[in-house]
Amino acid sequence: MLFRSILAYIGVSFAAAAIELPDLPYSYDALAPSISEKTLRTHHSKHHAKYVNTANEMLKSDPSHAKLSAEKIIQDRKVRANNPSLFNNVAQAWNHAFYWKCLKPNGGGQPTGKLMGMIERDFGSFDALRTKMENEALTCFGSGWAWLGYDGKNRGHEKLVVIKTSGAENPMAFGITPLLTIDVWEHAYYLDFQEKRGDYVKAYFDTLVNWSFAEENLKSILPGHEEL
Amino acid sequence: MPTSANTAKQHSKSAPATQKTKPSLTTATMTKLSLALSAILVGSASAFSLDMKAQGGNTRRELLQKTAGLATSIAVPTIANAYSVPDLNYPFEALEPYIDAPTMKIHHDKHHVANINKATEGKPEVDILELQLNALEAVSLRGPAVRNNGGGHYNHAFFWDEMAPPDEAKKTKPSSELEAMINKSFGSMDEMKAAFEARAAPGALFGSGWVWVCVNQAGDELKLVGTPNQDNPLMKGVADEVMFPILGLDVWEHAYYLKYQNRRPEYVSNWWNVVNWNKVSENFAYVKEKKAGVPVRG
Repeated sequence: MLFRSILAYIGVSFAAAAIELPDLPYSYDALAPSISEKTLRTHHSKHHAKYVNTANEMLKSDPSHAKLSAEKIIQDRKVRANNPSLFNNVAQAWNHAFYWKCLKPNGGGQPTGKLMGMIERDFGSFDALRTKMENEALTCFGSGWAWLGYDGKNRGHEKLVVIKTSGAENPMAFGITPLLTIDVWEHAYYLDFQEKRGDYVKAYFDTLVNWSFAEENLKSILPGHEEL
Repeated sequence: MPTSANTAKQHSKSAPATQKTKPSLTTATMTKLSLALSAILVGSASAFSLDMKAQGGNTRRELLQKTAGLATSIAVPTIANAYSVPDLNYPFEALEPYIDAPTMKIHHDKHHVANINKATEGKPEVDILELQLNALEAVSLRGPAVRNNGGGHYNHAFFWDEMAPPDEAKKTKPSSELEAMINKSFGSMDEMKAAFEARAAPGALFGSGWVWVCVNQAGDELKLVGTPNQDNPLMKGVADEVMFPILGLDVWEHAYYLKYQNRRPEYVSNWWNVVNWNKVSENFAYVKEKKAGVPVRG
C-alpha cells in the first residue's frame, strides 16, 4: 500500500480508467443557430475539459477513489459528503459527456417504441412530458440540470420520472437512471439566449434533442439488463 | 429606502384576498420598475391596498402600515410594501472595460427585475431586510421565492451601489476604521483581496452564488462568506451566525459570461477596479453602529 501511495503521490495513477474528455459526436458548429459554435466550443473545450482535468488531478492524489468508476463515485454518499469537490468534478465530467449525446444536429421530434409507450403511460402524453421537463428546467434555480430518468427502485412499479438537480447532482445518486438531460447552467446558453432560459429549452426540444439516445439508454436497463 | 416607516395612505378591511397590479414601466429604458400588491389575508388579518404616486416621472413606492399582530408573524409576513429595481447611479457602460454595458443592462433590466416579479408574485411583502433574516424558514410556508427572489433583490440592489466607474472608484479608499479592521482580520488589503479571490474561484464557490465581506455579530472582525444562489449572510442559518455584508460579489455566470465566459478569476480580479471603497466604508460604519444589514434602495 505504501508503495502504491508513493507512486500515486508522484503521479502514477492506478485508476482502472482515468476520466476522459470525449470528442463531441458532431462538430462545434453543428448545433447552430440554437447553440452557437462559440458556446459549444467553450462549453466542451473549457468547462467540460476543466472538470475532467480537475477530477483526474484529484484522483491522482487519492488512490482509494481512483479505483472507482465515475458512476460509483457519483453514487457514493460518503464522497459527496466528505469530498464535495471530487464529487462535483467527477459528476460534472459525467453529466457533460452524457449531455453531448442528448443533442444532435436536426434533432427534435418525439421518441418511438417502448420509450414512447412508457411516456404515455407515466405522463399521459408526450406533450405532458415535455411540459413537465420544461418546467423543471425553468424552475431549477441557479445552476443545475433537468432530467428524464428511469426509477426502478420499486420492483413491479418501475416508472419514468422527471427531476431537476442542483449544481453537479446526478439522479444516479438517488437510484434513478438518467435517460436524457438538459444542462441549465447559464454557461450552456448564456451567449446565445442570455436570461431567456425558456427559449433555450424550447430550442432544445424543437431542434436539438436526440430521442434515439434516450431510447438506447432505456433499452440497456430493461429486462435482461435489470441489474443497474 | 425601505424602512419600517409608516406611510400607509389607506387601510381597507374589505380588500380582496389577493390583488396585484401589473409591473409599471416608468421610464423608456425600463430601468425603473415598480410593482405593488396587497397582502394576502391570513386568518383574520386585514388586507391592504397600496398607493403608488408618480413624482416628476418617477414612481415612488409607498410603504404600508404595519399593524399590531401582523408584525409578530415572522414566517408568514403580512406587511405589504412594494419592491422596485433602483436606477443605477451610473450609466450601463460606466464600468467598462471591467464590466461590459450589455452585461450591466441585462443584469439590471432582466435578472434583477425577474427577482422583483417573482419575489412579489402572489405574496405579501415585508421590509426587504426583515425578509432576509427568516428567508430560510419561510421556504416551507411560502415556497422558495422569499429566499431565492427576495435574496436576489437584496443582493443585486446591494451590488449596484457598491460599484462606481473606474475613474471614480480609484479615488475612493477605505476609511481608517475599515482599513484597521481589514488589517486586523486579514493582515492587509492585498491579503484580503487574495483570500476573496480564492473564495470566489469556481472550485470554491461551485455553481451560482455570491462572495461577501461581512462584519461578524461581535462587530470585531471581518469574515469572508460564500453563499449559494441568492442566499446571503443576513439569512439566519446560512452561516454560523448572522453576519452583515459590507461588500459582495455576484459570481453567477450571468454576471460575467458575455465578457469573460469561463474565465471567472479574471472577472473577479478585474472587479476591484470598480469597487467604491467610500460606499464600502459607509456600509462598514453603518453595520458597526446598527448591528443590522445595510438598507438598499428599491
